[in-house]
Amino acid sequence: MHSPIYIDMIINHPILGPRDAAEFTYLGDASLLNRPDWQAADAADQFYEYLYLRDNPAGEHRELWYHEQGDRSWLVVTRNTLTHEISSVELASDVARAQGNKK
Amino acid sequence: MRFSGFKVIKEALMGHKGWGPQWRNPEPKSHYDIIIIGGGGHGLATAYYLAKEFGQKNIAVLEKGWIGGGNVGRNTTIIRSNYLLDGNEPFYEFSLKLWEGLEQDFNYNAMVSQRGILNLIHSDGQRDAFMRRGNGMILNGADAEYLTADQIRAENPFLNFDDARFPIKGGLAQRRGGTVRHDAVAWGYARGADQRGVDIIQNCEVTGLRIENGVCKGVETSRGFIGANKVGSCVAGSSSRIMAHANIRLPIESHVLQAFVSEGLKPTIPGVITFGAGHFYVSQSDKGGLVFGGDIDGYNTYAQRGNLPTVEDVCESGMAIMPMIGRSRMLRMWGGVMDMSMDGSPIIDKTHIDGLYFNGGWCYGGFKATPASGWCYAHLLAKDEPHEVATAYRLDRFKRGYMIDEKGMGAQPNLH
Repeated sequence: MHSPIYIDMIINHPILGPRDAAEFTYLGDASLLNRPDWQAADAADQFYEYLYLRDNPAGEHRELWYHEQGDRSWLVVTRNTLTHEISSVELASDVARAQGNKK
Repeated sequence: MRFSGFKVIKEALMGHKGWGPQWRNPEPKSHYDIIIIGGGGHGLATAYYLAKEFGQKNIAVLEKGWIGGGNVGRNTTIIRSNYLLDGNEPFYEFSLKLWEGLEQDFNYNAMVSQRGILNLIHSDGQRDAFMRRGNGMILNGADAEYLTADQIRAENPFLNFDDARFPIKGGLAQRRGGTVRHDAVAWGYARGADQRGVDIIQNCEVTGLRIENGVCKGVETSRGFIGANKVGSCVAGSSSRIMAHANIRLPIESHVLQAFVSEGLKPTIPGVITFGAGHFYVSQSDKGGLVFGGDIDGYNTYAQRGNLPTVEDVCESGMAIMPMIGRSRMLRMWGGVMDMSMDGSPIIDKTHIDGLYFNGGWCYGGFKATPASGWCYAHLLAKDEPHEVATAYRLDRFKRGYMIDEKGMGAQPNLH
């Protein structure tokens, strides 16, 4: 760990380049992209886990940030929750498409 | 050894040579009846009440670092019981009553100071909401008092009453609220527990839970396996990390809350004051520093430090309500890691694994809850049933639809 005591998190936006994290709104774990099928037999259980339970890892975390003060895109940011170091930033729409989400 | 005025005078005359260590530093035994994971305020309080009120013996508290090194020493020291909902208010009022008798109970000076807390009101809608909350508090046996802007001005002339955007319209006061010397809470409970035979084992990190056939048999630690009949996790901030050893996912995210202290000033702020139009709370310590804070940073983190945008936001809120603080300099700032739960309320419950218990999800309101959390957790661990003021704090309430959501924010931890 070599990070200084106080440093603003900079999110390297895939389209707009490096932006201050203060321009973004944080939603949470990127698993929120994986909305369960509401017609599944165990939909109630799946939605309970989707809505309320989190891995909350200490270390690498994939998470959703919304560029509210910018181009209003949703990003999937991979960030270390122990050091705040950001290792990758992707457009959430690209991530969703790559994993075959219908919407 | 008991603390007393006589003892202080005697030691002053004898050159202070009679003060010994206030708790032992024992080696862990191979087996305990009850192990508490986490030597913070809540864990130490749990062990203290287990030994003192529930007749339990053979208890250990395991702490990764040193006791009191986590959130019990990182908060803004405020105590209050000004909640609205039935699931919460009796619990917090029970806690405030325990604070009122705490120093006599554990024979330790925790500097409990009931200097009052004042929640400022800035709009008619907010007045309605605070009136309702005040009535809820009174119905549950707590004290609450509506103050007009003139009454507030008499006690706090330095506030920004006539701000164009957020004028002060009144306030909800709880005179029995106040502040406590937070480190002394950890030390007082540790000493009281130790005197009753509890082993407080520091520098002992829990690295795993030994679970066989659905029964928790003990904990793997950096100092070897320690067996137990019952294991209670009490590590708010790191709850997900401990419970992951039992493959339990929690309705919790870990977030950082920053707190701040200014340089020492002459007495200027009489009690605790909160800004109702932003998120800002401030009191003045007995050393003179203004102790203040605001929102959490808002992203998952286990780092005990935050980022600058939150610092700016907190200071702007402070300037908005109390412009005079612009003349003082910030001395220190730090961060603590919070269990932010999905409804903003805590959990004190058994798990589906026999012998494994859970206490956590305190969001950034855990300090004021310390005595009641310890008492209710001890009740649960000793009797296997919840204390009557903690019956709503169930782990499965999200699945059953019985959330306790004071702010009505829904399942978005960083908004609670």
